[in-house]
Amino acid sequence: MPMRRFLSFRDFDWGLLGVILVLCTVSVLEIYSATLHTKFLGFHQRQILWISGGMVVMFALSRVDYHRLLDFAPWAYGVFLVLVAAVLVPGIGHKALGGRRWIKLGPILFQPSEWMKLILILMVARYFANLGGKRLTWPDIFKAFAMVGIPMLLVLKEPDLGTALTFAPILVAGLFLGGINLRQGLILIVAGIALIGGVWSSGKLLKPYQKARLTSFINPQDDPRGSGYQVLQSKIAVGSGGIWGKGAAKGTQTQGYFLPIPYTDFIFAAFSEEHGFVGAVFVLLLYFFILMRLIQNAQTAADLPGSLIIMGVVAVLTFQIMVNVGMVIGFMPVTGIPLPLMSYGGSSVLFTFLALGVAMNVRMRRFVN
Amino acid sequence: MYFDKATRGEKLSSAKLTSVQYGILLMLLALVAGLWRLQVLGADNFRVLAEQNRIRKVPLLAPRGKLFDRENRLIVDNYPSVSCFLLREQGHNVDADLPLIAKGLHLDLGQLQAMVRHYRSAPGYQPIPIKQEVTPDELAFIEAHRNELPELETIDVERRLYPRDGFAAHLIGYVGEVSEDMLDNDLRYAAYEPGDVVGRAGVEETYDQILRGTDGSRDVIVDSHGREVGYLHTEHSIPGKDLRLTIDNDLQRAAELALGDRNGAIVAMDPRNGEILAMVSRPSFDPNAFAVKIDRAAWNKLVTDPDHPLLNKAIQAQLAPGSTFKILMSVAGLQEGIAQNLRVYCNGGATFYGHFFACDRHHGAVDIHNAIPYSCDTYYYTLADKLGIDRIDKYATEFGFGQKTGIDLPGEQAGLMPSAEWAIKNYHRKWYAGETISVGIGQGAIEATPLQLARIIGGIASDGHMVRPHVVFPDELPKDFYHALLDTYPGSGKVDLPIDPSTWETVTDGMAEVTEPGAFHTAGSAHLAGIDLAGKTGTAEVVGHVGGHEVKGGQFVPNVWFVGVVPRRNPELVVAVLWQHGEFSYYPASIGARVVAAYVEKQRRLAHNLAPAKTEPDKPVEVGAVWTTPNDARTARLHAGHFFVNPPSTELASGTVLSPRRVGTR
Repeated sequence: MPMRRFLSFRDFDWGLLGVILVLCTVSVLEIYSATLHTKFLGFHQRQILWISGGMVVMFALSRVDYHRLLDFAPWAYGVFLVLVAAVLVPGIGHKALGGRRWIKLGPILFQPSEWMKLILILMVARYFANLGGKRLTWPDIFKAFAMVGIPMLLVLKEPDLGTALTFAPILVAGLFLGGINLRQGLILIVAGIALIGGVWSSGKLLKPYQKARLTSFINPQDDPRGSGYQVLQSKIAVGSGGIWGKGAAKGTQTQGYFLPIPYTDFIFAAFSEEHGFVGAVFVLLLYFFILMRLIQNAQTAADLPGSLIIMGVVAVLTFQIMVNVGMVIGFMPVTGIPLPLMSYGGSSVLFTFLALGVAMNVRMRRFVN
Repeated sequence: MYFDKATRGEKLSSAKLTSVQYGILLMLLALVAGLWRLQVLGADNFRVLAEQNRIRKVPLLAPRGKLFDRENRLIVDNYPSVSCFLLREQGHNVDADLPLIAKGLHLDLGQLQAMVRHYRSAPGYQPIPIKQEVTPDELAFIEAHRNELPELETIDVERRLYPRDGFAAHLIGYVGEVSEDMLDNDLRYAAYEPGDVVGRAGVEETYDQILRGTDGSRDVIVDSHGREVGYLHTEHSIPGKDLRLTIDNDLQRAAELALGDRNGAIVAMDPRNGEILAMVSRPSFDPNAFAVKIDRAAWNKLVTDPDHPLLNKAIQAQLAPGSTFKILMSVAGLQEGIAQNLRVYCNGGATFYGHFFACDRHHGAVDIHNAIPYSCDTYYYTLADKLGIDRIDKYATEFGFGQKTGIDLPGEQAGLMPSAEWAIKNYHRKWYAGETISVGIGQGAIEATPLQLARIIGGIASDGHMVRPHVVFPDELPKDFYHALLDTYPGSGKVDLPIDPSTWETVTDGMAEVTEPGAFHTAGSAHLAGIDLAGKTGTAEVVGHVGGHEVKGGQFVPNVWFVGVVPRRNPELVVAVLWQHGEFSYYPASIGARVVAAYVEKQRRLAHNLAPAKTEPDKPVEVGAVWTTPNDARTARLHAGHFFVNPPSTELASGTVLSPRRVGTR
């Protein structure tokens, strides 16, 4: 048993929390601006509630030793694997927005796939920590693939492409940091490309609209009203913002409903339109600071599982930021991945704060062991 | 614990973490580069796209100027209407919506699809006009489908409201959409856009630039559903200018009634200044049918009608003038000193060059004084023979035969004055002397329009003061427009041709005799008691007319003419009447007389009841007159000349003596 030693909130990463709160403030203001003339006015207040709730669970989670979380992880993994599968059963899964992703628990909707993300971070950290930095054998690699792949396929089936894709960087980070060698890495990359090609052409795993969303970003003008419309309008919003932006609540793309869902997935486009290149780079700098700070925490972590947990969080956040901002500026297809700490939405906010809570947890215990 | 002691000391290699940091930095820099490309390099381009996204330019169509008669009575008005356009920039698949649109707007789907296909090559911002005169239920359909059919746009337009029953239809003309042919091939329409409504005939065409005004536009801010959320900038339309025509509604009505349903034309003009007071052509058409797109069946009916309802016969019918040409012949004969001394015995015709030319009566002894009222062919055959075609051609061309008058209406025809040169040029043959004989009575190849005859005979009665006929007051037009107008509608125009006073007197007196009751007088029936109506009738044989229904007794029924002036010298009014296949020339004479009577009655009413409002300051009026000096009966001789007379004023009433200032005699 680990020794109970002095644990202090002085070791909590207050600087990181400060930057996170700056980003949350930007988020609330932009949600307000983007919903100003819509029936969604008031979402910014709900976002404040979500953030407050997120902070509470973050502090709560940081109190629990992450080693206990790692002990607990396999059980949670088993339960949530069942829940993610259960979502697909029509009687249990609640259908909304074209996907069967939720389980209804009384008045609240509960999305098991979001929790699965957090559990996978812990599971992957635990798995590779147990391997202890030894050379990975192929069976080791396949076990890791199965661990992440099974829930991923289930979530893809919901269908929820965005969340399913978010599972992938956890595995990639685990494999990279867990000691995969160059040859194995190359073989996996080639196999991955072949697999993606197979999935694409089989036409079974991906719904047609998902495929369309993935391709239309390459040439949005082909179908300006369909999937490409969103990418085109997003690029127009970002581009027309110029260097200084059009001013808060003055974005014509945002205020004229040309920009799709400007308070969730396309909030970065709305922000870039109204605050320009300067504002957009400022937000990216905040993210850069957060990610660098987390990696620094991973470096100073007390042990290997702690480092791996933080790097899992870094992997998910980095992936989400890259894919979301990449989508907004036309580099990436529309996948429905929200921008962490910016996009409106309870699930996204709660997951991000939980993930950050786990990372804080590790940092606070850097002197413990 | 699940992990053994061995792993507790393990740490992640800092090289790997550093590589992750650099990886993240690189990816973020890629995003910054992407933002730079969009927001700094592409900002202008995207700003334009964003503007186009939310701003829809809605045209504000200028109402067309109204048309008034010379006394400011309304002739052509506008009424509000709604047009529907198809916008293609909505990024919407328009083709899929066409069946619904066709159903809702009561359009033929095939035609609608063809129209959209037709516009495929046109720029995307150009709206397609799909429906005019949108009815209330169609408007309700458009409003109800704003979300499904954001590509439908309605525009308020003012449409033309023309007089009913084709009143003055040929003179006014009509409007219609500018055709592609006009856009591509006519410089006047270079600045116009497809769908623009332009004048397509008559005054509407000539004065389109003045009447049309300038369309404005409004930048409407729309959201992504095409709903209007505000205005940015409004450029108000400038309404077209109203035009006052020289037409007198009263006289126009009298002329319309006088001509009735007869196939022909009437033109009434003030020969002092060329102002057209009435212009009628029959059969007529309803210009209101053109205000909205005319349907194919109605159009086909109009263009295939053998009586050519779209033709403005007053300026476009080119027919042999018949005996009305004898006025010109008389002037030529007198000016050349031949007619004064020409005495002919009419025995029902005469033989020239081995060919017998008939006269319709046996007029007996004829000289220039009764040749005009008798309209004796034998006399004019002889005169023509003595003058020769070259001299006839010289006078006829000088007075305006074979040339446009230069009236400010589109499509005027020049008529034809044959000559020796003409025969060589067009037929590569020499002129036959026998042809001259026919030309002498206005037959043969010679062709004239009613307006030409009105101008020429009115001008002769005005001592050779020839005018340019016009339907709009030149003073009320912008100077540069007026000059451009003169270039666009060239013609013989305003010229003074010297006529000897004796010639003037002889011819006009002869014309006055025409309408006096008397044996052989051709238009005694047109006599108006107390009105000095002078004129000349004409009967022109129709040779080989393609129509079939104008045949009577195996012969083509002749076209008949009457050109009258009132009073006989320095007339205020000249009326030319054409009745195609009207058979007897005293018919058009009495038609003309009715118009003249209406004119004179109106002038008398005005003179007796109230003085017309003074529009211009008094200035000396030029008056021409002929008189004799009676103090010495033996040497009594005829004088003619022009005077400047001060118009009657209050001084006249107080007994001042009118003192004409003589400016010279000829």
